Amino acid sequence: MSAKQTKKKSAATAVKHRAKETAATAVKEKKQIAARLIPIYIMGKRYEVPEGLTIMKAMEYAGYILIRGCGCRGGTCGACGTFYRKPGDYKLQVALACQKTVEPDMYIAQIPFFPANRAAYDFAGLTAAPEEVFKLYPELFRCVACNSCTKACPQGIEVMDAISALKQGNITVAAQLSFDCIQCGLCTSRCFGELAQYHMFQLARRIYGARIIPRAEHLAGIVKAVNEGKYDRFLDELKGTKEAELKKLYQEREIEPMAAGEDWKPKDSRYL
Amino acid sequence: MSLAYYPGCTLKTRARNLEEPAVASMEALGLKLDEVPRWNCCGAVYSLADDDLIHQVAPVRNLIRVKKQGKSELVTLCAFCLNTLKRANLLMKQDVAKRDTLNDFIDEGIDYGGEVKVLHLLEVLRDRIGWEALSRKVKLPLHGLRAAPYYGCTLLRPREIAIDNVENPTVLGDFLRALGAGPVDFPESTRCCGSYQVVSSPGDIAEYARPILNSALSHGAEALVLTCPLCDYNLGRGQKELIKKGSGFKEMPLIYFTQLLALALGLGPQACHFELNHGGPESLLKEKNLLPQTRSVQLIEG
Repeated sequence: MSAKQTKKKSAATAVKHRAKETAATAVKEKKQIAARLIPIYIMGKRYEVPEGLTIMKAMEYAGYILIRGCGCRGGTCGACGTFYRKPGDYKLQVALACQKTVEPDMYIAQIPFFPANRAAYDFAGLTAAPEEVFKLYPELFRCVACNSCTKACPQGIEVMDAISALKQGNITVAAQLSFDCIQCGLCTSRCFGELAQYHMFQLARRIYGARIIPRAEHLAGIVKAVNEGKYDRFLDELKGTKEAELKKLYQEREIEPMAAGEDWKPKDSRYL
Repeated sequence: MSLAYYPGCTLKTRARNLEEPAVASMEALGLKLDEVPRWNCCGAVYSLADDDLIHQVAPVRNLIRVKKQGKSELVTLCAFCLNTLKRANLLMKQDVAKRDTLNDFIDEGIDYGGEVKVLHLLEVLRDRIGWEALSRKVKLPLHGLRAAPYYGCTLLRPREIAIDNVENPTVLGDFLRALGAGPVDFPESTRCCGSYQVVSSPGDIAEYARPILNSALSHGAEALVLTCPLCDYNLGRGQKELIKKGSGFKEMPLIYFTQLLALALGLGPQACHFELNHGGPESLLKEKNLLPQTRSVQLIEG
């Protein structure tokens, strides 16, 4: 990788390149890494990167500074949706750049952002009627069941089935199927019907959470007890405890077993 | 015994009054409707453009899901779903080149060649159960109900997918007779309700409805019997427009055939969702002593 190469800018993915100095450091670092170098193609340009890196790390290794198209680096924020293909295979593959490790000869393009209109609504006035979704996102009915959205989902969500559920007025199923959606927008980028699936799913989950699933009735009682000062005494006790004693308490605390049943109670029930 | 069943999107929302009485009735008749897993929209309307294969994907995907379910027959209730599914199935049977293109694109790992037989519930009642056997199961005969069978287009056209004689259909009339009603034949029973034309010309909705409703009324019908949610929408809305315009005629109830089936089988109005109907059929049915919670309704035991 030459310094000249790293100077090339790309507006498409909103990345900037390191200064000469940083590039030089990177070359130096590269020498110290024992891992085998493999070729990958970022936006059509060949780079040799150590195997085992994630796509995101590999892009940074190659000299990109990611300003957009990276967020949590933990696979949950949806900022680094990525398409790639490998020679000899017509299939378009998807990944999150922060999760997927590089493979030889991958052709990579990150899609950090894709235009998708989110409907404006006053949630307080929304009911759980299916027509609420139809009115806000009438393009829902442009779906042709091509299933390209499902193929483009890095989270493995049955996107088309969730869209079908919305068309069938089943907000509950749409919310449940789309639960793992991180709103990366790759489905939207591939949609024949020009739907913004992930915005519709967000609306479905909001309606499901606020209007469909039963309320946790016991919560109001607990909140009331907190407000009435039931736990103040225990908090004061803790505040007055010395650090060493606190550590001991923490280490010896009783933990609910993984397989505990509904009727499990701690041995020390003072706080219940 | 169970039959693979395709409901269609509208039957899960606005036309629950078409679906729910059907499901309950078929259970009562000993033929369970087994909903296809993971079905999607039927395609809504069959695309007539020769090279517009993308709009065949939705119906064909459903048929593939039926094959995957291990079933060889599929029952539909909505006349429009029947039409799109059956025509797409025919395409898969008859056009090898398009079949291959569609199978490749749909990518469900299964080669589909039109093996599933698409049926309408009326065909199941006619050919599997039979009118006589059906009439023996009737607990509340619909005596005195002058109901006009309205077919619309999509059960009968085009000819290749018709469930009955295209020019002179009798299946709905025979069905009503088996339930004890007196069907009222009228010449406009296969005239188009306006279909999706009303989307582009909403102002025409009343003029599509006028000749159909006038003809049924002048032949003595008290209610129109339907198989399609789009006919229901167009005739229901059209009728309201006509009344608003001061055409002078009384609103005629529109009733789905499955609602009459459930009533006749003694399942009661609670199975029928009459609150979703156009034209308030409850007062007519009450007048005819066909609602079990009203006085003197006797169910035939047996």
